[in-house]
Amino acid sequence: MPSTGVEEARGKPTGPRLKRTSEEPYGPGLGERRLRRFWQRIGIPYMFLFPFLLLFVLFLIVPLVYALQLSLFQQRLVGGNVFVGLHNYLTAFTDSNFLGGIRRMAVFGVVQIPVMIGLALAFALLLDGGLVWLRRTFRMAFFLPYAVPSVVAALMWGYLYGPSFGPLSEIGHNLHVAVPAFLSPSWMLVSIGNIVTWEYVGYNMIILFAALQAVPSELREAAAVDGASQWAIARRIKIPLIKPALLLTVVFSIIGTLQLFNEPQIMFAIAPTVIGNSYTPNLYAYNLAFTNQQYNYSAAISFTLGAVVFIGSYTFMLVTNRRKGF
Amino acid sequence: MAALAEDRAGSRGLGARRSGLATFLLVLYLVYSLLPLFWLVVSATKSNSDLFSSFGLWFGRQFDFPANLREVFTYDGGVYVRWLANTAVYAVTSAVGAAFLATLAGYALAKFEFPGRRVVFAIILGSIMVPQTALVIPIYLLLSKGHLINTPLAVILPSLVSPFGVYLMRVYAENSVPDELLNAARVDGAGELRIFRKVALRILAPGFATVLLFTFVATWNNYFLPLVVLSDPKFYPLTVGLASWNAQASANGGAQVLYTLVITGALVAIIPIIAAFLFLQRYWRSGLTFGSAR
Repeated sequence: MPSTGVEEARGKPTGPRLKRTSEEPYGPGLGERRLRRFWQRIGIPYMFLFPFLLLFVLFLIVPLVYALQLSLFQQRLVGGNVFVGLHNYLTAFTDSNFLGGIRRMAVFGVVQIPVMIGLALAFALLLDGGLVWLRRTFRMAFFLPYAVPSVVAALMWGYLYGPSFGPLSEIGHNLHVAVPAFLSPSWMLVSIGNIVTWEYVGYNMIILFAALQAVPSELREAAAVDGASQWAIARRIKIPLIKPALLLTVVFSIIGTLQLFNEPQIMFAIAPTVIGNSYTPNLYAYNLAFTNQQYNYSAAISFTLGAVVFIGSYTFMLVTNRRKGF
Repeated sequence: MAALAEDRAGSRGLGARRSGLATFLLVLYLVYSLLPLFWLVVSATKSNSDLFSSFGLWFGRQFDFPANLREVFTYDGGVYVRWLANTAVYAVTSAVGAAFLATLAGYALAKFEFPGRRVVFAIILGSIMVPQTALVIPIYLLLSKGHLINTPLAVILPSLVSPFGVYLMRVYAENSVPDELLNAARVDGAGELRIFRKVALRILAPGFATVLLFTFVATWNNYFLPLVVLSDPKFYPLTVGLASWNAQASANGGAQVLYTLVITGALVAIIPIIAAFLFLQRYWRSGLTFGSAR
């Protein structure tokens, strides 16, 4: 290996400019060539990677490791910081606040994700299929809510839901239709689901629409010539072909659902008793850390949640890949 | 590219028969999509009393938008202006920095063959799945130890890390920068940094812009991280500031003046981001296309 390196270096007198040569202690010679080769093969790529990797380690790897470490300790009145092993995790798995939040998010995801992705897929197919009229306007308008910060989205819907002055209940009153109490315990999950759906249908639609645009037009034209209906073309050709994009949107949605925080946190301001301190696991971890100062337990909760997110999305991918077999 | 795809799709014109029902459904959803925003615009023009006494989805008796705007910008010593400036600084710094770091890293991962390349890329890719939840609380504790808590850097530094941006830039660099071009420049004796600056960067510009836009939007809209790491209102971004006004308004129902502030402030806060979306459509569309076309 070193000999070829030397030959290469000789064969290319106008090789890459080197910065470190002056630091070479042995002067020009084999050592310098080795260093030069090392610099070219490893130094240069890592020089490009260094700025990102530095911050990546500092703000992603280190916090993750630190959270793991924190989660294995407990702050005690007597004895201070004590190593407790998996104690916090065992507590988490019997903590009805945490489990309740996970269960709530599971219910939420099982209903909200299919509704949202279903709408997104339907609109993407409609826009991709025959409908040409105002296509661009529809796409833009549907995507607009994604640009709205979730905080502002939750604020707006919070007002719209208002039981006394909210326009929705006002319309209901005037039409003599019973409007549900959107902010009551039994409706809150639906109301938050509506906010999330409003925010992300357009975003998912754009991803699916982009994937549909990549479906070769010969395929659909051939099918259309064969007399296949639009619905058959969508079901037999388009949907199978955009499956990777469809899976991507579902996985992103699962990740987002389990981490739900902004919307319920904003709703807390207008319905504190309904939301409480553990409506979602993420909200619970936040309150544990910043209201109760239970950093160790909070770290265990968020770490467990992270694991649930990871396992949840991973399992989904495994299951859907296995079912693919045709 | 995008325009071409558009034309191709437009000329298909199949199934026009059904477009009646399809149009109806789309219009229905259009109304749903725009209704809250329409409500926001209408409400921002109302006086306090109109806000609670007139129909929510139509203009009130008075047109108070200029007064509301003045109130938003001057309330509490003009703290809203401060929030607006903070948000702009956080979003611009984070977006430019993150896009730059992601471009450098993505280019290296796409265009150099070096030991550790696969491992580094696998770790970066895996980290996309790491939920923010698992990170924000330890970041808070670490920043407290480093005395960076409650400073603008506490928001900016973590926002500079965009693993998804690196992924996008790697895909983009792989597909758009020809190896022959780089090799030709190397034969000419150009250094790698120079090649990157003079040759690659120009080709990577559209990808750079996509990552820039995504990070800009993510930072502009971020709530969880600034909520946790900032305690002084003078460092708040708009999201945290508006949420604090909203919490105050809800806590003491009597302070209704705050409701108009929250509403008008929310409207002002989303205008820049909607403008960014409308004017830079091309870039986010290409970004989403990459993301799905693994």
